[in-house]
Amino acid sequence: MNAALRLGSIALLLAIWFLGSRLAGPRLLPDPQTVGLAMVAEARSGALAFNLGVTLARVAAAFAIAMVLGTMLGLAMGRRRTVDRIGDPWLVLLLNLPALVIIVLAYIWAGLTETAALAAVVLNKLPLATVTVREGARALDRNLEEMARVFRMSRWKRFRHVMLPQLSPYLAAASRSGLSLVWKIVLIVELLGRPNGVGFEIGTAFELFDVTKIMAYALAFVAVMLAIETFVVQPFERYVSRWRPRPS
Amino acid sequence: MSRAGDQDPLEVHIKRKTYRRVSGDDLQVLGDIALAVASGEVAALIGPSGCGKTTLLRIIVGLDVDFEGTVRLPAHGRLGVVFQEPRLLPWRTVEENVRLAAPLASDAVLDGLFGTLGLAAHRSHYPGELSVGLARRVALARAFAVEPELLVLDEPFVSLDAELATRLRGELAELVSRRPVTTLLVSHDVDEVIGLADRIFLLSGSPARLLTTMPIQNPRSARTEAEVAAIRDELSRKANTARA
Repeated sequence: MNAALRLGSIALLLAIWFLGSRLAGPRLLPDPQTVGLAMVAEARSGALAFNLGVTLARVAAAFAIAMVLGTMLGLAMGRRRTVDRIGDPWLVLLLNLPALVIIVLAYIWAGLTETAALAAVVLNKLPLATVTVREGARALDRNLEEMARVFRMSRWKRFRHVMLPQLSPYLAAASRSGLSLVWKIVLIVELLGRPNGVGFEIGTAFELFDVTKIMAYALAFVAVMLAIETFVVQPFERYVSRWRPRPS
Repeated sequence: MSRAGDQDPLEVHIKRKTYRRVSGDDLQVLGDIALAVASGEVAALIGPSGCGKTTLLRIIVGLDVDFEGTVRLPAHGRLGVVFQEPRLLPWRTVEENVRLAAPLASDAVLDGLFGTLGLAAHRSHYPGELSVGLARRVALARAFAVEPELLVLDEPFVSLDAELATRLRGELAELVSRRPVTTLLVSHDVDEVIGLADRIFLLSGSPARLLTTMPIQNPRSARTEAEVAAIRDELSRKANTARA
């Protein structure tokens, strides 16, 4: 039943797309078949895999750096009031600085380099990860912390077995929203200052008004992200919440 | 049963403990309290609800360092603590909970503890799957598994039904008889500890002071009903004198 609804919903989307293409004409909105063939052609030439790979590597690196730094900052701010008072204005500043401003400034100050590109993406994601983890750190159970202390558990044990499991819902929330945000910003960074990647290809296609190619790349990337969500994020979430009694 | 006589006793001497109130002035919760528990002895700390017993325990186990006075723990100060709530990690199984606190405990020791406390069938269960009584047993097992030099129990039988509390008390008595350990047991109920303790400390209402220390000579197993009743009367008389 659920699968049928899901398939029906996708079929409806394809039908609307097909009709839209008939109404708007293939130049503005190519039909699903044309886009599918374009994906196959890009895949055959190796360009699709290369550009997807380059973009994915940037997404992975920026995501990992932002999550690790955000977790450390969020923990420090959630647990120490002084750190929170010092860090909060910076957080507000970063949260409200438009992504485009950060990217443009990074390229101006550090040149059109890989480092500048990654730094710009990290700075966009960092405040959101920090804010989410800070909420988690504020909600940590003091009773369990005390238990760990009287039983003389090591710092690593306290982090791994007492703190991390309590933070995992917050980390999962930050990862979910983070992954989709990071890949969108990576594309802009590539469009503005990188010689390869999905964002760069879409930029070129934009100049040539090649809607088919734009849609082919966008769909391919969405498919990759869907696969990551289904085969990595969801199984991981099931694993970390295995101890929760399931509603019958 | 030989008692480890080479160990140091627990010595507590508290002059004063105050809390800063929201309004800014200080509230004294503990007055002059000096107590000593000999090695291998089971001592009970009794006093009315809210008199500061838990505060005193937190000071002894080192969770509260903001007080005037000194605390000397036995030997290396390895602690086994049973809190009022079980305080188990919900995301770890029963066995993992115990092993995390007691990484050095041998399989034989754990098998013995799980057997005595009726937990053998629950080793791989998560705390969310346990009843309150079972969860408290896991907390007891965890405290014993570290082979503590000082065992501290904060109202371990509170909010259990009478039958279950009696059974758990019996299991606790069996454990401390099998392997004598310096023990401090806190309760607001004389009847709860009278069959367990070798020594009873009676505290006054807030701010808590030590009213009296009552050693019980007869070993646990040899106490008669009459003797227990006499101790109970004596304690309630002393508590009433203090109140008047």
